[in-house]
Amino acid sequence: MLVKWRRGNRLILILLLLGIGLVLFLFLASAFGAVTISLPNILKMTLNKLAVFDFPATWMSVDETIIFQIRLPRVIGGVLVGAALATAGALFQGLLRNPMADPYIIGTSAGAALGATIAMMLPVNLAFLGFGLVPVAAFCGALATVILVYNLARVGNKTPIVSMLLAGFVVSSLLAAIMALLISMSDRLGLSLHSVYSFLMGHISVTSWGQIAVIAPLVIGGIIGARFFAFHLNAFSLGEEGAAYLGIEVERDKILILALGSMLTAAAVSISGLVGFVGLVVPHAVRLSLGPDHRILLPASALAGGIFVVMADLLARTLMAPVEIPVGVITAIIGAPFFLYLLRRTRREYAF
Amino acid sequence: MISLQISQVYFSYLDGLVLHDINLSIRAGEMVGLLGPNGSGKTTLIKLVSGILKPSQGEIRLDGSSLSRLSRKSVARSLAIVPQQFHIPFAFTVGEVVMLGRIPFLKAFAEESKVDSQFVANALELVGISDLKKRRFDELSGGERQKVILAMALAQQPRLLLLDEPIVHLDIAHQVEILELVKGFNVEQGLTVIGAMHDLNLASLYFDRLVLLKEGRVWADGVPAQVLTEDIIRDVFSASVRVQPHPTAGVPHIVVMPKGSIVKQQ
Repeated sequence: MLVKWRRGNRLILILLLLGIGLVLFLFLASAFGAVTISLPNILKMTLNKLAVFDFPATWMSVDETIIFQIRLPRVIGGVLVGAALATAGALFQGLLRNPMADPYIIGTSAGAALGATIAMMLPVNLAFLGFGLVPVAAFCGALATVILVYNLARVGNKTPIVSMLLAGFVVSSLLAAIMALLISMSDRLGLSLHSVYSFLMGHISVTSWGQIAVIAPLVIGGIIGARFFAFHLNAFSLGEEGAAYLGIEVERDKILILALGSMLTAAAVSISGLVGFVGLVVPHAVRLSLGPDHRILLPASALAGGIFVVMADLLARTLMAPVEIPVGVITAIIGAPFFLYLLRRTRREYAF
Repeated sequence: MISLQISQVYFSYLDGLVLHDINLSIRAGEMVGLLGPNGSGKTTLIKLVSGILKPSQGEIRLDGSSLSRLSRKSVARSLAIVPQQFHIPFAFTVGEVVMLGRIPFLKAFAEESKVDSQFVANALELVGISDLKKRRFDELSGGERQKVILAMALAQQPRLLLLDEPIVHLDIAHQVEILELVKGFNVEQGLTVIGAMHDLNLASLYFDRLVLLKEGRVWADGVPAQVLTEDIIRDVFSASVRVQPHPTAGVPHIVVMPKGSIVKQQ
């Protein structure tokens, strides 16, 4: 009894700490940029906005505009991207039992990139729910590729994981080749290489609350849905047959977990392009520190992923201002050494 | 009381028929060993009974209800399987692995309750590995791991325990230890056991009833003395053996006869 009570409390404490950390980083990231706005002022503005208090304005009204119209949407966009990618990474690593699995493993990245590239070539300028054509095409490309890969990997009424990994790899290669072809003809196609590059390296491009309003429900819903599958993913660590022995409807749950992970990835990709390393490293780092139980792994990864990307995006915006470094570069430069440190220190990970 | 009824079951993989017209009824509390050469269909029959494969024809009834009509979850609440081995790529502790056996009883989002923890503690106790609870599963020896998997199966509170050659990768001491444990659960708690076995002598010692398969058909079915005869073993395994009574248990004990003069005679 005592042990269980302690365990439950420890988990709640960890999630609480991560949650507080996330809020702190939200404020910190909102404070810095072309104009620095003091933290107390941001706090007061926010409380005013929430109609909790009515502090007299000790700041310029332009500051308020910067915070609420420019920085906060972007910072929250970063949280959503990080949380979505880290959760998707935890889902795919758990389901596929593959240490190299990341949110892009079954073709989402190639599909999103090709979709985005084609959209960049089109001369039309549509807006859909506050989104341009590029994010919509990236979202659709990612999901279409996963559906294609899943169906290609189907044998009879089963979809073995190994054939899915292979099909994912081959389809990704094919789509990447098509994209390379388009890029090599960029002059004739009127394709901006800078835009393609920016998409591939990752760049959080949230410019309005409208985008947040569309992406946030997808990401939050996806994370809650993922948590629903925590036990199933624990069972999947015994392999597909072992999961079936424990009462899991393997084929049905595999589709649902893949669909959730792919939707989370597509949602992230549509506002940030391909931010690498988050979905791979964050779940591993959380597993190394907190253990492999998906009930804690999934929510903790979501929060840690959010912190990680907000921090990386803050550095991306400010390190070489006014030049912006692609956020994917920062996530890799910080993520790789940190991950290696954890790996060397704990050894609580894979056993082969 | 009949626990498991297999009626006219046929099964084929994509490339051919594996099981022909299998008919078996197994009463609650029996301990039945499935024997046969490689490829005779032992493992396939275990998988059919576990419900993860569906018969091409025929029906399997578990405690009166047709297996194909039961959900995976309700099957997992009635029977548990111990396979040859489980590979777990993540660093779960022993306690966490045994707790996986409670998954069929948990609701989504629910934490495991005191009752679940009690079942886990009991299972660890029964298998005699309570002291391993905090250890990491992947750091254990093969024999210890298999005991953990047995404890996980027991945490499922099964009425029927299926074994799919659970001891082939173990040394002789652990082989005997696992079979002694399973036999104990069978005798003391009336747990019904069906086990695919490779080692004829161990099967003879620990199982009350043996079913011998050859090329997907039941070739012999009965107590060890009826099934493990020199003639039957020659017909099914094409192996030349001598059958003697076990020195203390009296059940058949098989001694392999070398074919040529390669092995020196004394």
